[in-house]
Amino acid sequence: MSTPPEHPEPARAAAGGDSAATDDRQHSAPELHAEAAELAEPLGAGGAARPDRPGRPDTSAVPADAPAAERIPVRKTYKLYVGGAFPRSESGRCYPVTGSGGAHLANAALASRKDARDAVVAARSAFSGWAGRTAYNRGQILYRAAEMMEGRRAQFAAEVTDADGVDARRADALVSAAIDRWVYYAGWPDKIAQVLGAANPVSGPYFNLSRPEPTGVVAILAPPMAPLLGLVSVVAPVIATGNTAVVVASERAPLPAVTLAEVLATSDLPGGVVNILTGRAGELAPHLASHADVDGLDLTGADPGTAAELERSAAQTLKRVLRPGGGEDWLADPGTSRMTPFLETKTVWHPIGA
Amino acid sequence: MPETVLPPDPAASNTSLRALLHGLPGVDEVGARARAADLSTRSIKTSAKARAIDLAISMIDLTTLEGADTRGKVRALSAKAVRPDPADPAVPSAAAVCVYSDLVATAAEALAGSGVKVASVATAFPSGRAPLEAKLADTRRAVADGAAEIDMVIDRGAFLAGDYLAVRDEITAVKEACGDAHLKVILETGELATYDNVRRASWLAILAGADFIKTSTGKVAPAATLPVTLIMLEAVRDHYAATGRRVGVKPAGGIRTAKDALKYLVLVNEVAGDGWLDPDHFRLGASSLLNDLLMQRTRLSTGTYPGPDYYTLD
Repeated sequence: MSTPPEHPEPARAAAGGDSAATDDRQHSAPELHAEAAELAEPLGAGGAARPDRPGRPDTSAVPADAPAAERIPVRKTYKLYVGGAFPRSESGRCYPVTGSGGAHLANAALASRKDARDAVVAARSAFSGWAGRTAYNRGQILYRAAEMMEGRRAQFAAEVTDADGVDARRADALVSAAIDRWVYYAGWPDKIAQVLGAANPVSGPYFNLSRPEPTGVVAILAPPMAPLLGLVSVVAPVIATGNTAVVVASERAPLPAVTLAEVLATSDLPGGVVNILTGRAGELAPHLASHADVDGLDLTGADPGTAAELERSAAQTLKRVLRPGGGEDWLADPGTSRMTPFLETKTVWHPIGA
Repeated sequence: MPETVLPPDPAASNTSLRALLHGLPGVDEVGARARAADLSTRSIKTSAKARAIDLAISMIDLTTLEGADTRGKVRALSAKAVRPDPADPAVPSAAAVCVYSDLVATAAEALAGSGVKVASVATAFPSGRAPLEAKLADTRRAVADGAAEIDMVIDRGAFLAGDYLAVRDEITAVKEACGDAHLKVILETGELATYDNVRRASWLAILAGADFIKTSTGKVAPAATLPVTLIMLEAVRDHYAATGRRVGVKPAGGIRTAKDALKYLVLVNEVAGDGWLDPDHFRLGASSLLNDLLMQRTRLSTGTYPGPDYYTLD
C-alpha cells in the first residue's frame, strides 16, 4: 500500500481486524489525526484525491523523476535570547544585516534599553540557581554546548562565511576552535578553585581557606570582528565560574550569536544564564554599565572611544570591569585571564580542633 | 445601580438578603476581564508616572503577616513605612502598617506621632474560623492596643452556604467592636468562586457598614486581580451614587511591581473616579511592592536602573 486510504475507518470496518492492525503500523500519528479530522467531512466527498489540500500531496500521481515543485522558503526570524525564550525586541525594531559582500542576509532584532533591562532581570533570577549548581555539573553543561554545536557545524560555518567572507577551510577552522573553546572551559569549573583558592598559613589555631566565588551578573560587549569564536571566548569563561551573562552580540554580524543561542537553549543550560541581545552596542552599553543590578562589565567589544566613559559609569556601582587592550588573538590558548576578573575571593576562618 | 439596593434593614432575614443580593445584575465575566485588560494597557509616562508612583507609595498598607514575625521586624517595617527611602525625604510615607493583632502595640509605639496608621488583621485571620466571641475579643484588644484600622475576614463558609444574615451580623458586630477604628472587610475573592459572588459579597459588606472592602488575605491564590477589583470598585461607586457614602477599596496580595500598582490606579480612576484616588479611599496591601516603587522612582529621577541590593529587605 503506497498511499494511505482516504477513509481508513470505514475500510477497516469492512475488512476486519487484521487489515486494520496493518494500517495502524503504516500510519504515523499526525496522519491518523488528519484522517480523523477528515472523517468529520461528508463521506460523499471521500475516495478522490484532493490536490488542492496542502500538506498531503497525492504522491502516487507524481513521477519519480519530475522536478520538485517550487517551495516557498521558510526563513528564520532572528530574535533575542532572554530568559531561555526567544522574544522579539520590546521596541518592535529590527535592522538589516549584510554579509561581507554587502548582500542582505537577514533582519536581526534591534534591542532597546528595556530589552537590556529584561535581560538583566532574567540573568539575576537565574544567578542563584546557576551558581548553586555543582562545579562538575556546570562543566557537563558547557561540554553539552560543544556537543550541540558540533551537530550544527555546517550552519555555523555557512554563517561565518557569510559574515566574514572567509573561505570554507578558514570558516571550518573557526567553528572548530569555537567548539574546542567550550570543551576547554568545560574543564575549568571544578578546577578553578584549586588554582585560585588556597589553604592559607596563619599564625593561630585556625584553618584559613580562600575560595573563588562568582561575582554575579556580568554584562558583556562581544567583539564585533569575531562573531562566533570571539563570542564563545567571552561568554564561556564568564558562565563557567557560575556567573550569569547579558551579552551584546556583534552589531555587524549578529546571526551566529542567534544560532549560538539556539545551541545554548538545547544544552541543559538553565534559561537566563546567558541572555543574548542583538543591536547597537552604543545604545545598550551605557544602560548596562550604569545598571545597579549588574556586577561586572566586560568591555572586550566596546568602541575604544567610549570604553573609558563606560568604565567610569560602571565605577559608580563598583562593578568589576575587564577592559582588554585590544588586538586579541582568539585562536591563542586563553588561559584563565578571562575567568579571574569576575570572581570574588571568600576567605573563611575556622578553629582547629574542639 | 439596581433599585433593589436599599439601606440595611435591621429586621432583615436570610430571605430578604438573598432577594436583594441575587437581584443584583449578573457580572459579565468576559466583559469584566476585557475591560480590566484594556485599561491595563494604558501608558503612564514621565511626570504623570512620577506622581502616580508617589501616590501609590502613599496608599500602601505595608504588610507583614507571617508566623515568623517578630517585634524587631515590625519595628523595622514601621521605620520603613514612615521613611520609605532614607536617602530621599521627598518620598511620602506609606498609609499604614498592617500586622497581626498581638503586634499592634509594638507597631503603635514605633509609629506614634508619624501619621502612619496601624492596621491589624483580626477575627481569626486568615481563615475566619473561630467563635464570634473570640473574634470580637481579638478586635477589641487590637483597637485598645492602638489599631486605627481593623482588617476582618468574612465567614466564607457561611457566605457560600447562603447564610448571608450570619455574615452580615458578624460584620455588624465587629464594626461595633471597632468603635472609632476603620473597618476593612476582606472578602477573600479567591474563595468566592464567581464574579457574581464577589459583587454580592461587596454589597453585603458595604451594607453591613464596612469602611473599606478588601480583596484578599494574601494567603489564598488567586489573590487580588484586576477584574475582581473592577467589580468591587463598581459596587462602591454605585453605593456612593445611591447614598453619598464613599466606601474604600483595598486590593491585597500579589501586587509586586510598580507596573501592577499603576494599573490599579488607572482602574480606580476610570471605574470609580478620582474621588477614590487618595489613601482614605484606596489602599494597596503589599510588602515587596514598596521596593519596586522606590526603584522605579530612582529610575525616573536618575535615568539609571537601580538594583535591589540598594534597598532594604522588607
